[in-house]
Amino acid sequence: MTTVNEPYVLNIGPQHPSTHGVFRLRVVMDGEVIRDLDMIVGYLHRSMEKLAEERTYTQNIPFTDRADYLAAMSNNLGVCLAVERLAGVEVPERASYLRVIFAELQRIASHAMANGTLVSDAGAWQTPLLYMFREREKILDLFEMTCGARLTTNYMRIGGVAFDPPPEFWPALQELLDEMPARIDEYASLVVDSEIFLARTRNVGVISAADAINGSLVGPALRGSGVPWDLRKAEPYCVYDRMNFEVPVGRHGDVYDRFMVRLEETRQSVEIIKQAVAQIPDGPHKTDIPLALRPPPGEVYGRVEGPRGELGFYVVSDGTPAPYRFHIRAPSLINLSLLREMAVGVSLPDAVVALGSLDIVVGDIDR
Amino acid sequence: MSSAADRRPATPMARQILEHHSLLSRARALPGEARFVLAVLTLGALVAGAGIGFLVVTGQLDGRWYDLRDLGNATAHFRGWTQRQGIHSAVPYLVTGLLGGIAILSLVGGWLVIGVWAERRLIAKFQIRQGPNRVGPFGLLQPLADAVKLLQKEVLIPIGADKLLFFLPPILIFIPAMLGWGPVPWAPKMSYADLNVGVVYTIAISSLGVLAVFLAGWSSNNHYALLGAMRTVAMMVSYEIPISISLLAIVLFTGSLQLSDIVAWQAQHNVWMIVLLPFGAFTFLFASTAEINRTPNDIGEAESEIVAGFHTEYSGMKAGLFLAVELGNALLVGAMMSTFFFGGYSLFGLERWIPGYLIMGAKTFLVYFGFVWLRATLPRFRLDQLMAFAWKFLIPLSIIQLLFVAVESMVVVQSGLPGIVTIGGSIIANAALTFVGVRAWANAIGYSPKEMASPPIMTNGVGGLRAAEQIRAAS
Repeated sequence: MTTVNEPYVLNIGPQHPSTHGVFRLRVVMDGEVIRDLDMIVGYLHRSMEKLAEERTYTQNIPFTDRADYLAAMSNNLGVCLAVERLAGVEVPERASYLRVIFAELQRIASHAMANGTLVSDAGAWQTPLLYMFREREKILDLFEMTCGARLTTNYMRIGGVAFDPPPEFWPALQELLDEMPARIDEYASLVVDSEIFLARTRNVGVISAADAINGSLVGPALRGSGVPWDLRKAEPYCVYDRMNFEVPVGRHGDVYDRFMVRLEETRQSVEIIKQAVAQIPDGPHKTDIPLALRPPPGEVYGRVEGPRGELGFYVVSDGTPAPYRFHIRAPSLINLSLLREMAVGVSLPDAVVALGSLDIVVGDIDR
Repeated sequence: MSSAADRRPATPMARQILEHHSLLSRARALPGEARFVLAVLTLGALVAGAGIGFLVVTGQLDGRWYDLRDLGNATAHFRGWTQRQGIHSAVPYLVTGLLGGIAILSLVGGWLVIGVWAERRLIAKFQIRQGPNRVGPFGLLQPLADAVKLLQKEVLIPIGADKLLFFLPPILIFIPAMLGWGPVPWAPKMSYADLNVGVVYTIAISSLGVLAVFLAGWSSNNHYALLGAMRTVAMMVSYEIPISISLLAIVLFTGSLQLSDIVAWQAQHNVWMIVLLPFGAFTFLFASTAEINRTPNDIGEAESEIVAGFHTEYSGMKAGLFLAVELGNALLVGAMMSTFFFGGYSLFGLERWIPGYLIMGAKTFLVYFGFVWLRATLPRFRLDQLMAFAWKFLIPLSIIQLLFVAVESMVVVQSGLPGIVTIGGSIIANAALTFVGVRAWANAIGYSPKEMASPPIMTNGVGGLRAAEQIRAAS
């Protein structure tokens, strides 16, 4: 006698501990093995792109905070760079350095969150997450010190940054930079060599380099598959061309590689901030632009390397104070599209870890 | 440049603790009368302690009914008294049975409260958090507040659930969890039911809980619950075997299935089983984490995958009962672990001074602390990895260890050599088996973690597919 397994449908989400927000997976399962998988998004849709068409360019910056709410600084930076190129606004050098410092701080904070939740998805009882939250908390304190907000910073402006950091910012930043390498080592010692974590993540959710490029994967997910593509190197913006840093790429393209790439990027970010702090000149932190900026008619695609990958802003101007079209190329949405390749045919725990390694932010997916 | 210095504490942590948390500093802060009363009380306690110590040393206390080092004495005296009065022998049996049952229930209940608090507080400390600190001193009353909250909550029954079978499991799972405490020896004569087949009883009871788990998972009519139940059943079935084999090794040494005999053997030979059978202890500990659903083997209720496993649909106090039983099982495993591997109530002769049940409780909570530590540290295994670990690793190595122990136990009993030679030799042989055998076996089944952990390649290059291939070829 043979037994036949009957496939069944499992709804993971919209409320589920490991979907990182209101995001739903409709999984067809055969026992513990996933046979098919649909990703259902849109629970957090706020119509950001349409709303943007009714507001001035400066008024649109706070929206980008809410798109990827774990990396508000990078989003601010992306939209500002795009509009500046469209309108031909010059940015003072000090503002460019400040932008680099804050974008890299945001990258550390965001990667801490990504790696922490990944280890929690692998089953650790939140300890690594809270260890990394300790550093993230200090970074958010720095943000609060500078611009008054912790998550939705709204710090970058077209033509510079909103505020010059207060005097107490610099010693606090220096203290963080001094302790950061030891903290990252401490965190790594808890997870990196853990045989259980290795067993859970090695050769799980493998994406080959060719698949990653064909699926237009970006960010740590792409570099985890071994492709050395980092916009900070490939198309330097701000003052990244003056910084000396390396790009980590993975060997196998599995979950563990993506984890390690993020960890190494955190180390490199600390180096970048150290260099920026050493080089930063005095001077104004912004140029004055008209309140209702009217860029000449035209279009621009500005992109930055956000914590989750290439973050693009496609802005079309018709010469009025509001953009004619405002599109956000969200890294989370594009990265998520490869989940199906990784998850079909493996068991549920592997799919959860693979989803965690993509580091999605639902605000970024739905906008 | 002031903030760096300001934030660091001026004195070292140890001195801070001494200055702010020591009893001495608390006493110094008290008013004069209170200090006098405190001094008198302390002096009285010291005198009373010295008096008890004198009684214990001279042996005047041994075997009296008020010898509280072993509550079994009181029971024995009570039985003797009823016999002298001509009362039927069933009466003391029933009375002591009832009293003992109540005592175990209240002890476990109290320990549960302490256990919940200790786990939450300890994990918070591991995770650089504060933990519960609002309800009562140090948050000690938090478990009670939690229980009250759970009792107030509505118990929901899903529409598709099988009503009767959904109702039963929280009760059914409670019974084996309580029965398991029966044969635990608390002191030489103090055991609720000192069964002559205690080991077999323990194994049998521990596998009963799975029935309730499966009922809960099936009757909930929920895929997560069913998945959790299936996982738990698979795990329990696999891990019964290594547990039984590791306990069998102990039985071969001690020659008895009675738990009090096992403790007595360890006390008599002045050696703990964990020294004698390190691999057996590891097997027991690891397999018990699988049996009681705790990290790193909590795959039966893996939060990030299947929400809460078999008790996903339970709410209110029913969910609370599942959680309480889980914690109670962790404490029970702690008690079993101390009985089998940590010498039970014996502590190298100190049990003459300290009541055995206190030693036993301390050891139990030590093991429990180990469980909490594991939970705060480790990620979770996957189901197939856990199964492979049991069948490919634990079971074969346990059987090899059993072969070793079979020879060693015969040598210990029959060679006539002094114990230090035979038992010492066994310790060395088993340690060698543990450290060499585990390595060799891991190599044989092709497990090499060092090769798995590889750092990423650092590069300065930029490019697409061709660059990726070049970098990979160069490294």
